[in-house]
Amino acid sequence: MNGLRPLGREKLWVLVLLAPTLLGLLLGTFGAIFSTLGLSVFDWDLLTKPEFVGLQNYAELPESRLFGKALWNTVTFSALYVPLVMAASFCVALLLNRGVRGEKLFRVLYFLPVVSSPTAVGLLWIWIYSEDNGVLNAMLGMLGVEPVKWLGAKMVLWSVVIANTWGAIGEGMIIFLAGLQAIPREHYEVARLDGATTWQRLFYVTLPAMAPSLFFQAVLATIHAFQAFDYIYILTRTGNGNSSFPTLVFSIYREGFRFFRMGDAAAQAVVLTLIILGFTWVYFRMQRRWGTT
Amino acid sequence: MKLKPADLLAFAVLLAGALMMVAPFVWMISTSLKPAAEQFDMRLIPATPTPENYSRIFELMPFHLLLWNSVKIAAISTFGQLLTCSMAAFVFATVRFPGRNLLFVILLITLMIPAQITSIPQFIIFKALGLYGTQAPLYLPSFMGGAFGTFLMRQYFQTIPMELAEAARIDGASLIRIFFTIYLPLSKPALAAFAIFAFLFSWNDLFSALIYLPSDLEQTTLTVGLALFQTQYAAQWPLMMSAALVSVAPMILVFILAQRHFVSGVAASGLK
Repeated sequence: MNGLRPLGREKLWVLVLLAPTLLGLLLGTFGAIFSTLGLSVFDWDLLTKPEFVGLQNYAELPESRLFGKALWNTVTFSALYVPLVMAASFCVALLLNRGVRGEKLFRVLYFLPVVSSPTAVGLLWIWIYSEDNGVLNAMLGMLGVEPVKWLGAKMVLWSVVIANTWGAIGEGMIIFLAGLQAIPREHYEVARLDGATTWQRLFYVTLPAMAPSLFFQAVLATIHAFQAFDYIYILTRTGNGNSSFPTLVFSIYREGFRFFRMGDAAAQAVVLTLIILGFTWVYFRMQRRWGTT
Repeated sequence: MKLKPADLLAFAVLLAGALMMVAPFVWMISTSLKPAAEQFDMRLIPATPTPENYSRIFELMPFHLLLWNSVKIAAISTFGQLLTCSMAAFVFATVRFPGRNLLFVILLITLMIPAQITSIPQFIIFKALGLYGTQAPLYLPSFMGGAFGTFLMRQYFQTIPMELAEAARIDGASLIRIFFTIYLPLSKPALAAFAIFAFLFSWNDLFSALIYLPSDLEQTTLTVGLALFQTQYAAQWPLMMSAALVSVAPMILVFILAQRHFVSGVAASGLK
């Protein structure tokens, strides 16, 4: 371990410099986690006294139709979004890494959605998906296709997956591109001399070298997927403040911050966190088994 | 270099994808310049382009306040993040103390913890402090460091030769002095990259703003304003697209001007 060894008064300065981060960890993260765990065994509307209810908030979750729907929506959304956004951004990165003309411009264009406010772009997606006079239906209409209810019960899952994927391809692309450019050229030269085809080079040189990057991005994409909020909120909210495609995060938002049912919201937040940590753990186990080839 | 068919195909696929990325923005600009009567006219170039929608939206909703609030909150948040994350990053990069690596790993693990689990107690605390309905809950958490920024800044600080700090120390400089007079001035590119991210993150945030300032147009941010605007002027697309552009355009401008920093920032965050 290299670095300066703090002496005397300097130890105090080290503490001062670290203080905001330590405070954030203690209060902001770990304190908050324990508080949420504690809150989840109470019923509390922030007005009357909290009432201890044990594990009742958790026991009620499986019976709650809203929670069941939110869990199902979140899981199906993630199951479609994660592979789609990974595959799309990896393909874009692979194609860009061939050294095509205009690589820099392409990078900028693919990254534009990432910097744009999902709330603002979401307004446009509403119009794209709108049933009457919507952009998508107008284009399909020219081909003689009947108008589709893109945000109706049947299609809404795909519609929000597409909008979210569109907004995130650029981010994955940049990370994959950095990984691809770090692969030594000689590895490809050797493979070429051995007579490897393009596909063989992809499978035996590129993919193994990219495994850590792919795993890491899969973890990130999964975390994002389970927390997806902005596009889905804007695209699916209904007049009465509900959503036609409620997710777990939306359900937490609704219970906790609109109806002030803190105990229910806390229990749902704990479930969401456990799911995310569970997936992260599975990914890291998988990486340990297959990632180090 | 000879052009192979495969290269042409790659270029064509990339071009098609890029069109899908850009088309929504082009359509947004086009629609924002159309008078209401033309909104369902599918032409790309408006028959009678007009900037009228932009002045209309400022009459319908106090967008100048919303813009100012978003700028203010994002600027304060960015300052808080730059300061507190680089303070911690400096210690992680230069000072030797027991438990350093463990603490850093713990910090990185917090990246996996969803914001929703921390948002509930945070809400209760801010409410108890009487800060519900003010802008403080939107920027105060930025003054408590964060894994992403600390990681990014530490990566950069580690490229600065330790001899500089050692020499300054022999001359009697304190750690704080070394931090402010050597490390921060040498790290302008990294600080710029991180500043853009922190600003963008705050500017685009919807969840916290919706929790703490759901309807007060004097106080709230552009994102909440846009969400409210949509419920009030639904299906008036030229107005909505003008409003959306007011939010999107500044960030796209910043991005295009500073895209080198952006790219290095994202890439660094992915190379763990």
